[in-house]
Amino acid sequence: MTWASIVTAPIVPEDVLARVGSDEDGAAILFLGVVRDHADGRAVSGMRYDAYREMADSVLAGIAVEAAERLGTERVAVVHRTGELNVGEVSVAIAVSSPHRAQAFEASRYVIEEIKKRLPIWKKEHYADGEEAWVAGAVPPGVGS
Amino acid sequence: MSVSVQTLFFAAYRDLLGTGSLSVQLDEGATVADLVRELRGRGAPFDGLPAEPAVAVNRTYAPLDEPLGAGDEVAFIPPVAGG
Repeated sequence: MTWASIVTAPIVPEDVLARVGSDEDGAAILFLGVVRDHADGRAVSGMRYDAYREMADSVLAGIAVEAAERLGTERVAVVHRTGELNVGEVSVAIAVSSPHRAQAFEASRYVIEEIKKRLPIWKKEHYADGEEAWVAGAVPPGVGS
Repeated sequence: MSVSVQTLFFAAYRDLLGTGSLSVQLDEGATVADLVRELRGRGAPFDGLPAEPAVAVNRTYAPLDEPLGAGDEVAFIPPVAGG
């Protein structure tokens, strides 16, 4: 079973990693997306993530299943957090395990790249000078402009 | 005959319009493109929406020529920025 979730509580990376793994796997990797303290030369103090929750749940679950199909096993776990996050906090965690490392790296990369292309989540940067702005995003493939 | 659809706005679109949802009446047989035209035709601030926005109908991405039915949920999706 793949596992995908949108949460508001802080992400515990080791709990995500614990959702994958098997005696037949020789590789397990954990990717973390983290709020950084700068953007385009401006100091960033934090980030707010908003989601179209009902749709994001199904899109994220679909991405995990697609990654598992590419990987050839079902050991893919992904969680994305929403709400107010401080610098250094984890916004997304992806864990994958597989018999060989190439599959795990490929599946993990697939999940984060697809999240950036089409997961209906938005983030607003809070700058150290008190201003804030929505981060320029990506238009989902095949729709609109 | 007209049908009523529920529109949802997120992030920058929500800020633009000052609301996260609106009920809109459309002619029967209307498409997503007709809905966009109806909204943009209301003038400011609605004309700040793109002429060809990304939308999801009932929580699935849909093209502008997708026909709409009574009770459909149509979300206007600004460029996404997860991760």
